[in-house]
Amino acid sequence: MSFDSCAVSFDTKDNVLTAAVSGEIDHHSAKAIREKIDAELFYLRPDKLIVDMSRVTFMDSSGLGLIMGRMKSAEEIGCGFALKNPGERIKRLLDLAGADRIFDITEEKASKGEKK
Amino acid sequence: MKERSKSRKTIAAPVNEMRLILPAKSVNEKAARSAVAAFVSVLDPTLSELSDIKCAVSEAVTNCIVHGYRDTPGKGEIYITVRIFEDSLLKITVRDRGCGIANIEEARTPLFTTDPEGERSGMGFAVMESFTDRLTVLSKVGRGTTVKMEKRLGTTLDRV
Repeated sequence: MSFDSCAVSFDTKDNVLTAAVSGEIDHHSAKAIREKIDAELFYLRPDKLIVDMSRVTFMDSSGLGLIMGRMKSAEEIGCGFALKNPGERIKRLLDLAGADRIFDITEEKASKGEKK
Repeated sequence: MKERSKSRKTIAAPVNEMRLILPAKSVNEKAARSAVAAFVSVLDPTLSELSDIKCAVSEAVTNCIVHGYRDTPGKGEIYITVRIFEDSLLKITVRDRGCGIANIEEARTPLFTTDPEGERSGMGFAVMESFTDRLTVLSKVGRGTTVKMEKRLGTTLDRV
């Protein structure tokens, strides 16, 4: 029986790897997300890793550790890093940790026809 | 004697209370915050208040699993009590019977972690403190840790 409450999907374009996380990020789900993103990152070795948070419905400080860890993984292979669409709740956590000053945060509105 | 009893401060009884015991397994982080959110939802909290409560509870429960019971992974129990008082005051207690904290002040310092390899951010207590009105941490090495959090919601008890 699986208790996974989070999923990751990947998209690569122009050597930029986007990892779109959906669901809830806590200490329980963070390990699986970390392993999936790192496996894809070290296999593809893109120029840039973007972690898309648009569909994350909950995150605690385990998510901060996850994000900071992926930034370090990207640095290890000389890859750029950015966080996309973190939302107000996640931004509040990032502000608290001062993480918003360490990496780029991008905002992108959902395209027409795409569910928010 | 009469004078003394007159001046004694009356401790208000909660108007509602939930007690929860969960095995110290990471899957129960979600179970704990969801149960607490469901219990306090009778007060009709705002989404922001509910998110704050869920996040604070998740942090406290994670601490029990990652730190409190680190020497006995997968074993131990987490004791959660949520009390609702007049004026929509919430008192949430999360307790473990794990290894305890030797230096509480150090543990509460933002970015401090005893588990850097585990990608812990060291922000657990800082989040609990920021997302609640009051945070108290009681701990004894070898006996366990109790985290007490208080938050007053902007709603009134008329809705209960």
